[in-house]
Parts: sequence; structure tokens; C-alpha cells
Amino acid sequence: MAREDQWLDEEAGPVVRPYALTRGRTRPAGEALDLIALVTAVRGVEVDTVGLDPEHLALLQMCRLPTSVADLAADLDLPLGVVQILLADLRARSLISVHHPTLPARLPDPQILREVADGLRRL
Amino acid sequence: MAFGGSETYGRDPGEAPVTIKILIAGGFGAGKTTSVGAVTEIRALRTEEPLSGPGAYVDNLDGVKQKATTTVAMDFGRITIRENLVIYLFGTPGQERFWFMWDELASGALGAVVLADTRRLADCFPSVDFFERRRLPFVVAVNCFDGARRHHPEDVRSALDLDPEVPVVLCDARQRSSVRDVLIALIEHALRALQRARAAGTNA
Repeated sequence: MAREDQWLDEEAGPVVRPYALTRGRTRPAGEALDLIALVTAVRGVEVDTVGLDPEHLALLQMCRLPTSVADLAADLDLPLGVVQILLADLRARSLISVHHPTLPARLPDPQILREVADGLRRL
Repeated sequence: MAFGGSETYGRDPGEAPVTIKILIAGGFGAGKTTSVGAVTEIRALRTEEPLSGPGAYVDNLDGVKQKATTTVAMDFGRITIRENLVIYLFGTPGQERFWFMWDELASGALGAVVLADTRRLADCFPSVDFFERRRLPFVVAVNCFDGARRHHPEDVRSALDLDPEVPVVLCDARQRSSVRDVLIALIEHALRALQRARAAGTNA
């Protein structure tokens, strides 16, 4: 059908309910936020709430201490993709700092895995 | 062990936190959720993905095309080894139509546990294929269900056509100590793989 050729963009408004919060965006801006990246609210900055939703502010509250993206999505009970976009918004405003996980191949010392195995034995 | 949303990772500015991602894969009903729950508190993560491709669009009443979405629930949990050293376990969505999630899950992961149910061994073929192709270290954990015939790990290895270095271990996904031992086997396997890769890198 000819309708297959029609494209909707952000101007058309949200086409998927959970993405109403993200104004229809389905991909975050900037570098991807890994599930286990640790997010921390930047302290001592005046938060200009214009353009921020209650969910943005809730996220800022939740990550006053370093918290993983997965934990934030579970705490906020929103789909992961939505939370990643909201966090990217906060990052773009320099309201959060993101600690990206170290890739296993880039661990400064693989022996840290020995410590992990020993720690598990104590469980 | 500690868990919960309010946990801190310490304030020592000198040490960067290390977070480790481990995937728990296997067919539907192989014991993924049970095994995560045996070692940590389970948290629920959902993703709501817009579908694309044939069949993904449905007409609503006024004829405006609307994108269909699918919701995928995933289990995860975390194990705190010490301040600034935390393991995250992610149960992979079982059905193959949720494979779009696997790429994101596998990126940066240390390794994976493939849970095998010997009554339905073929169910774990896709997971084994996926991790082999990505060269992600994995172990196969044969979940010894009540009433399931006991299989020798070597029989499972040959049935799955695994490389000789892939560990195959028997486990009981309900038992904390058993799941813990599977995780230790994976970490030791991943460490050997890392050491081999580094040795090859310095010789190159």
C-alpha cells in the first residue's frame, strides 16, 4: 500500500505511548548508555526545570549516589529505552556524570577477576 | 552481600568502580530466573521496543498508521563483591523474537552462562551459537531438574559440539552454592580467555 511510504517524524507527536515522555524519540542523543554504566547527579548545580519532566527530576533524585542505568530503569519502572533517552537529556544539560563500564579486554589487571571469584566463594 | 536501590559504591575518588556484566541464557524454562534468584534479589527491567519490518504496522480506527511495540521483561540482579566491585547478572529474554535485546546485553559483557535442560537440549543451541559467534566466553550449566535423567557433562559437550575449552558443569539452579560455583567457573574461564588473548597480543 502507498501508506507504507509515509514517514512520521518528531513533529507528528508521539506514536508509541511510553515514548510520549521522550516526545517520540526512540534513540538517545550521543554515546550509548550501557545497562551497567554508573550515573551520578552532578552536585551543586542549579537545575533549570524548564523543559524537564517529573521523570527527569525523579532520575536526578535517584542517582545522587552512583547508580546503574539498569537499576534506575527498574526503580523508575519505565522501559529501559525511555530511561536511556531521559538520561541522555540530563547528560546533555551536564546534570549527570556517567561512568562507562570498563570492557573486560581493557581491564587494567585481569587478576581483578581472581578477586571476583574469591568474593563469590565467600557468598 | 548487599543489594537494593540505595546502595552506595563508595566515595573513594582514587578508585574507579568496576562493574561486570554476566548474561544468563538458555531456553524457555531452563531455570534462568531461578538461578538469578538463587544468588541475589531479582529486579525487573522492561524494554518496550518499537517493532519494525513486515507485520509491524497496524491500522487503528482512524486509519493512521501506528507503530506496534513489544514489551520484553528481563530479570537482573547484582552481587556486590566489595565497594567498587559489583557483578550484574542479566537473564536474557528466552524467545528468539527478542533477540534485538541480545546485542545490547552482550556488549561489554564478561561472559555468559548457558543453562541447559537435558530434556530439551536443542533449546540452548541458539544461545551457544550466539556466544560462539561473538567469541564471548561462556560455560554450559546443565540444570539437573528433579526427574531429569542425569547426563555426563561430556555427553552434553559432544551433543552441543562444544570446543574443548568450554566448561560444562552440572548445577541445581535453585541452590545458591551451586549457582555460585557456576559463576566461579565462568569467571575463571573468562580470566583464562583474557590471559590467552593478551599473550597472543604481545606475541603479535
